[in-house]
Amino acid sequence: MDNNDKDWTLIIKPRNNLLSLNLGDIWKYRDLIRMFIKRDFVTFYKQTILGPLWFIIQPLFTGGMFALIFGTIAQIPTDGIPMLLFYTAGIINWTYFADCLSKTGGTFTGNAGIFGKVYFPRLAVPISNIISSMIRYAIQYMVFIVMYCIFVFKGYTPTFNWLVVFTPLLLIYMALISLGFGVWISSVTTKYRDFNFVLPFFVQLWMYATPVIFPLSLIPEQYRIFMLLNPVAPVIEIFRYAYLGAGEVNLNHILISVGITFTVLFSGIIMFNKTEKTFMDTV
Amino acid sequence: MSQTVIKIENLYKEYKLGVISHGTLYRDLQSWWARIRGKEDPNSLISAQHTEKAEKESFLALIDISMEIKAGERVGIIGKNGAGKSTLLKILSRITSPTKGIAKIKGRVGSLLEVGTGFHPELTGRENIYLNGAILGMNRHEVSRKLDEIVDFAGIEKHLDTPVKRYSSGMTVRLGFAVAAHLETDILIADEVLAVGDAEFQNKALGKMKGLSTGEGRTIIFVSHNMVSVKSLCNCGIVLERGKIKEMSNNVDKLVTDYLVDFSAKIKTLRWVNTGEYNDPSFTPISLELQEEDGAEITTPICADKNYKLKLAFEIKEKSPNFELYYVFSTIDGAYLFISSPREYNNNYRPAIGLNTLYCIIPKNLLNKQEYNISLAVGINNERNIIDSTTYTIALRVSVVSNTTMNLSAHYKTPIAPKLDWYTN
Repeated sequence: MDNNDKDWTLIIKPRNNLLSLNLGDIWKYRDLIRMFIKRDFVTFYKQTILGPLWFIIQPLFTGGMFALIFGTIAQIPTDGIPMLLFYTAGIINWTYFADCLSKTGGTFTGNAGIFGKVYFPRLAVPISNIISSMIRYAIQYMVFIVMYCIFVFKGYTPTFNWLVVFTPLLLIYMALISLGFGVWISSVTTKYRDFNFVLPFFVQLWMYATPVIFPLSLIPEQYRIFMLLNPVAPVIEIFRYAYLGAGEVNLNHILISVGITFTVLFSGIIMFNKTEKTFMDTV
Repeated sequence: MSQTVIKIENLYKEYKLGVISHGTLYRDLQSWWARIRGKEDPNSLISAQHTEKAEKESFLALIDISMEIKAGERVGIIGKNGAGKSTLLKILSRITSPTKGIAKIKGRVGSLLEVGTGFHPELTGRENIYLNGAILGMNRHEVSRKLDEIVDFAGIEKHLDTPVKRYSSGMTVRLGFAVAAHLETDILIADEVLAVGDAEFQNKALGKMKGLSTGEGRTIIFVSHNMVSVKSLCNCGIVLERGKIKEMSNNVDKLVTDYLVDFSAKIKTLRWVNTGEYNDPSFTPISLELQEEDGAEITTPICADKNYKLKLAFEIKEKSPNFELYYVFSTIDGAYLFISSPREYNNNYRPAIGLNTLYCIIPKNLLNKQEYNISLAVGINNERNIIDSTTYTIALRVSVVSNTTMNLSAHYKTPIAPKLDWYTN
């Protein structure tokens, strides 16, 4: 009768299955994810003059600035690729990753107000962030393609190859890396606010450890090993190789990256599930 | 016999006090290590051999709570601030989890711990209905189906496509409540939500909640400091005291009366002095005293035909812009008679930084020959309560023993007995 647990729709216990992703629950709340994405998008350009143009301006200016500072002044080689294309390819991918990571990292602290008043699967917030950043990525990707066409029109020989079909996969893969690291950071930040300071700093340093402003081929052989520990590095290299014909695609690098990503993701989800249950007491 | 829809078994909730610092990290590792070895956590009060430090740094908000709630019951949870009411609701609505024990729920739960959670000021009323509905667990078809009803209940037809930031606060509250009230759930959990909004809205909302329960057989768990709302809505009551269930009964009227009497027993008669338990930078009370009009100590029985003076001394360390202070005069069964605020005398009254003394004259020929409670309420508008008048935190019990003017009011024991001016031509 009542003692049978199956009769109950919900059982509240101190601890739940830590590895459970509650995918069913998240699916039930898919309309919430949709509403969050819509909210992020609609409210993004409220009270701005240029609105969605900011999505375009940001990579263009950063690309131009990088071309000036790192390409022209510091003369860092770009594997023979036109500088603007080389940097923009790196920037749009890196921006997507950094954006997702920062937003996911603030999941608990940034949403404490809502989380303290109503229950919904907490993972809905990072998931909606990742998807709304994809819209931004799509716009910036179009900027890259337009820029590419302009270069081709001006005499650059197109160098893309069949690997471009993996672009969506690369995007999803970056989403997973950022989710993994992001849920870790968001979980520990609830208790130790030090991570609020660490996160922006960490993201910035991470960029320099990623081949955004330099090609991987520039790294001397004996230091390569450190680059391999960075799961984002192969993503940018593959992207550049696919579109610009220069970059390293190495199966071993990819496997190491995937291994790191999934380890971080699974442990991150365990942490997140643990934190989700009691973070309101510490936040 | 109706079905049990909520069953709570030996529920505990522990909170850690104190500041998060490097020491916290050490204790976290200690607790974690103990768990790994399958031992009890030395930093938890629930474990049998907890350290002395745990006693200082933790406290139990809920202690061994067990109860069963049946379908269609409207349960009112009452208790002082800090008795564990909100913690219990938070656990039932899955915002935080218990430290020990289990709660089982049958059916869909909708919780309303705040109205309009997640409202975005830039979005329109319509968009916010969908957003808030989704946050509360409705899908968009459900919301679409209920949209007209929600809009109608909130009374915002004309402003449906206006951003919520242009709404008055009353409209926002009505909209928030309307969305939640149209949630199709079997169990509705509501915390003090009716404390916002005007009297008309409160009655409408209370009526709606009652309708949900009687008409649609929903179970309601309701927390409120407003005993009148509890009495009118609930058919079952639970009194919580310091994390434990003190009383549970289907006779809500009696429960509420007992609860208030219990409070009243602690009320001082002529003088209340802060012994250090209240210390808030925005308002630290020092004393509240009833005196003769000339400031002398009262030595004779209180008469209705004499003026008396209330003297309140307090200290302000930090100025708060929306500071509010007033006295609630009530009968001993908790019914409000009237409220008086220094702003009646000076609308711009704001206490100064430092020590303040505030006097209030209780005029003669106003009170009847009976007992009254005068309770102080202090708060920051729209933000928080500092001194809660409903729990008689700082209150005096004034017992008027003689009323020399022989009048019918005294005979009929009317709540007040003001003396009016009469004329003949």
